[in-house]
Amino acid sequence: MAAKTGTYTLIASNTLSAITTDITFSSIPATYTDLVIVVNYKAYGGSKYLSMRLNGDTGTNYSRTELRGDGTSATSQRLSNEAYAYLTSIYAPTGDLGTFIINLNDYSNTTTYKTILTRGNNAGTAGVGANVNLWRSTAAINTILLTALGSGYDVGSTFKLYGIEAAK
Amino acid sequence: MSISSAKSGGTGISLALDNNFMEPIASTLVGSGGVGVIEFLDIPQTYKHLQIRSNVRSSTANANFTFQVNGDGGTNYSNHNLYGTGSAVSAGSGTSETAGYCGWIAQTGSTANAFGGGVIDILDYTNINKNKTIRSLCGSDLNGSGLIIMNSVCWMSTVPITSLTFKVSLGSGGFAQYSRMSLYGIKG
Repeated sequence: MAAKTGTYTLIASNTLSAITTDITFSSIPATYTDLVIVVNYKAYGGSKYLSMRLNGDTGTNYSRTELRGDGTSATSQRLSNEAYAYLTSIYAPTGDLGTFIINLNDYSNTTTYKTILTRGNNAGTAGVGANVNLWRSTAAINTILLTALGSGYDVGSTFKLYGIEAAK
Repeated sequence: MSISSAKSGGTGISLALDNNFMEPIASTLVGSGGVGVIEFLDIPQTYKHLQIRSNVRSSTANANFTFQVNGDGGTNYSNHNLYGTGSAVSAGSGTSETAGYCGWIAQTGSTANAFGGGVIDILDYTNINKNKTIRSLCGSDLNGSGLIIMNSVCWMSTVPITSLTFKVSLGSGGFAQYSRMSLYGIKG
């Protein structure tokens, strides 16, 4: 992980040179206030959603409330007790880039469950969406897994993790 | 102006942020017993935009996350919003309101330890020729209930913004312990 150098600091960056299923940010410093992940990806092998696990937790401790527009209709859905945090139903089909900005506010506190706010966009096919996810754990977040769930992220996809440090 | 030379491969937003164009102004973490309001006073006039980042919970049975600018309690706010409840999508609006509306947060009686997240942007906040626009993305999921909302608020005043007061349901509620809000300035 890069050393902390400013208020909004790039902690880690990954630009894929090969098809990859899982992106892991580990040993995340607890010294920031919020985390932001900026993702620009295209799927390999079909329409794959962007999903997250925190601190290696494989339990059914994730849930979501989702808002989505696909160019024809707007929908909202909720799913509870999931094994992943699904970060929107916006996907990026093969060769069709999607952009996602993921916010994990107050990620290192040890008293509250963690809320994840995501905006997802894919102009080509999938549409636009916003998600709120809950991870029912008070643990400080130190590892983030972004997974394509059985398919892959294509070459050229980018994943950037930023830390934001509030005033002391 | 080309930005490609400054950081190869960077997007516009990451380029700006990597160059420390965003600075912390103030932050608060609510202590034992909670608080009625969260205020940012004497906001410096030296930035182009403001961003507020939050992780908050209501200490009462009210869940509306609202704010007033410069102590203005007059009917000078309007808003449009788009939100999802988990089963339906709705859009709403309001005019001549006494506060701006950010969203819906976890409240007393909600899932324990669950808070609501928010990212609120205030654009061109020092401009003396424009009414001010505030946009937000806020949401709370409670593993069985929740709401995600995108909101746009107009504060109908050309006065520069020097203070922000965040309230729950126009002051009839408060913020629970461990709520956190942080204010940042973005250079232009």
